[in-house]
Amino acid sequence: MQDIVLLKDVYKIYTMGDVKVTALNGVSLAIKKGEFVAIMGASGSGKSTLMNILGCLDSPTRGKYYLEDVEVSRFSKNELAEIRNKKLGFVFQSFNLLSRTTIVENIELPLIYSKRISKRDIDKIHQMMRILGLEGLQKHYPNQLSGGQQQRVAIARAIVNDPTILLADEPTGNLDSTTSKDVMNVLTDLNHNMGITIVLVTHETDIAGYARRVVVLKDGKVLSDTPSPSSATPVVQAPRETAS
Amino acid sequence: MTALFKIALRAIMRNKLRSSLTILGIVIGVGAVIVMVSIGQGAKAFVEKQLESLGTNVLIIIPISTTHAAARGTTGTITLTAEDVFAIGKECGTVSHVSPGIRTTTQVVYGNMNWTTGVSGAGPDYQIIRNWQLENGRFLTQQDVNIMAKVCVLGRTVVNNLFGTLDPVDKWVRVKNIPFKVIGVLSAKGQSPTGQDQDDMVLMPYTTVQRKILGVTHIGYALASTITAESRFEAIEQITSLLRQRHRLRPNEENDFTVISQVEFASTVMETSRTMTILLGSIALVSLFVGGIGIMNIMLVSTTERTKEIGLRMAVGARENDILFQFLIESTVLSSIGGIVGIIFGIFTSKLVSYYGGWPSLLSSPSIAVAFLFSNMVGIFFGYYPARKASRLNPIEALRYE
Repeated sequence: MQDIVLLKDVYKIYTMGDVKVTALNGVSLAIKKGEFVAIMGASGSGKSTLMNILGCLDSPTRGKYYLEDVEVSRFSKNELAEIRNKKLGFVFQSFNLLSRTTIVENIELPLIYSKRISKRDIDKIHQMMRILGLEGLQKHYPNQLSGGQQQRVAIARAIVNDPTILLADEPTGNLDSTTSKDVMNVLTDLNHNMGITIVLVTHETDIAGYARRVVVLKDGKVLSDTPSPSSATPVVQAPRETAS
Repeated sequence: MTALFKIALRAIMRNKLRSSLTILGIVIGVGAVIVMVSIGQGAKAFVEKQLESLGTNVLIIIPISTTHAAARGTTGTITLTAEDVFAIGKECGTVSHVSPGIRTTTQVVYGNMNWTTGVSGAGPDYQIIRNWQLENGRFLTQQDVNIMAKVCVLGRTVVNNLFGTLDPVDKWVRVKNIPFKVIGVLSAKGQSPTGQDQDDMVLMPYTTVQRKILGVTHIGYALASTITAESRFEAIEQITSLLRQRHRLRPNEENDFTVISQVEFASTVMETSRTMTILLGSIALVSLFVGGIGIMNIMLVSTTERTKEIGLRMAVGARENDILFQFLIESTVLSSIGGIVGIIFGIFTSKLVSYYGGWPSLLSSPSIAVAFLFSNMVGIFFGYYPARKASRLNPIEALRYE
């Protein structure tokens, strides 16, 4: 299968005054379409930096990043913005929904930066909300929703533009264990049923267990890259809560 | 763009008190500009109109006391006589009409009404020189002057105060206990460029004022009209040399009189009103500037508060310009609302000022358009720095901002 993400010997070095901090120290990584990859590591291991580079929020100091065979490592700020808009979806630990903005408007946010929103887009958003168990919440505001619901809104926002990769940075970090499972099942479903490629950053082993491949970073280098122990069991049989 | 407008409007609505206070700064600024400009333009139009009515060919000759005069007032006034005035009329080729003038302030009585006003002595040509119209009756004649007739022509204000709605012609008024017959009423002329009521006056033959009221032989001033407006400079020279000769002034002596052109006098007044307009306008601009600083301040707070939102927008694909325009639109919408409200407020205030202050105001649509455009520019100018700062944020750091 084709590699949609290809990192070749990527370095990220931050200069803070006279001190140089090497956050990524020669990372090479290939991700194929439809994969579900967890990136693990202690804090300071470089997993956030790797996430930022994969998410086109930052450019590597050295090395190459190909996204769907396009080298994006030398793209300008505006080009990167366009890549993020068209090919990437983000789910954050703190949801990052816009307050005093309705759920529908939160979900359609990526679309307003690329086109005029059509009736079809709205229909699609409504359908997505049904799938994610967010029916009837269209006109609600984020603060009226539970944490799990808010994260599902964030997931809807991340996939509204049919991204090549969905990047989830500690998506369950602010959720209790029941809701965490719920959110992880949503991601697993998206991966399995809709074929969305997911890259997940977490430090929790049981959350990483939902992925089919685990990449462990240490000191800016790939320490191990192994199939997840639980990936032997088909994803559909992963423990599942009833959608709340 | 529509989407960005929606975002900006929502951001403004989110913090209503803060937004309205910011808008208030612009309202006051734009309102002040409108008021000052309208009053300034009104004053200018008024002075211009007055200047036309004054006649561009009128010269005023007034005596001034010579340097050796012990009592300035008396010594000075003696130097100009009616004979001087007739000599000017006869000998200066560029002068078409002349009239002696003498002024005093006294009480005029009709029945049980009295009114203190300026009494001016004049010759028959006074009306032609001033280009004044009569509302009723007749003007002073040479015959009236010759026989020191006890007749008078009243200004509108005097008529209003003494007669009310009655027709004063052929009625008798008393000045210093002498009865005067009213022979005519002058048409209303309104205020002079210096703000005096030109209708608050009584005209009598100058001889009558000299002998019957004041008991003097000299005159207070003289009016002369020149054949054309352009010949007034030549006329000033002719009059000056004639009077120097008649007053037997030696070459090293200063003039004991002065010749003033109405035009030059009026332009001085106009210059003064223009300076006032500029001064007031600058103060108004300063308040608009302060309003602009208010916008910048609020936009800086707003962009800092919304750092995380900016980071998120960038993460989902907002380009630098999208963020820049989002905040520029926000600040411009704030300032435009302020501009519109300020214009309404300004129009209202200037109408109020001109109504209660008796001050003319003139509002032209170009000046309103300029004020509105200006308020927009204030929004763009003062909103640019915060908006640019926001658009230059690093999305990673912005997302991490707490």
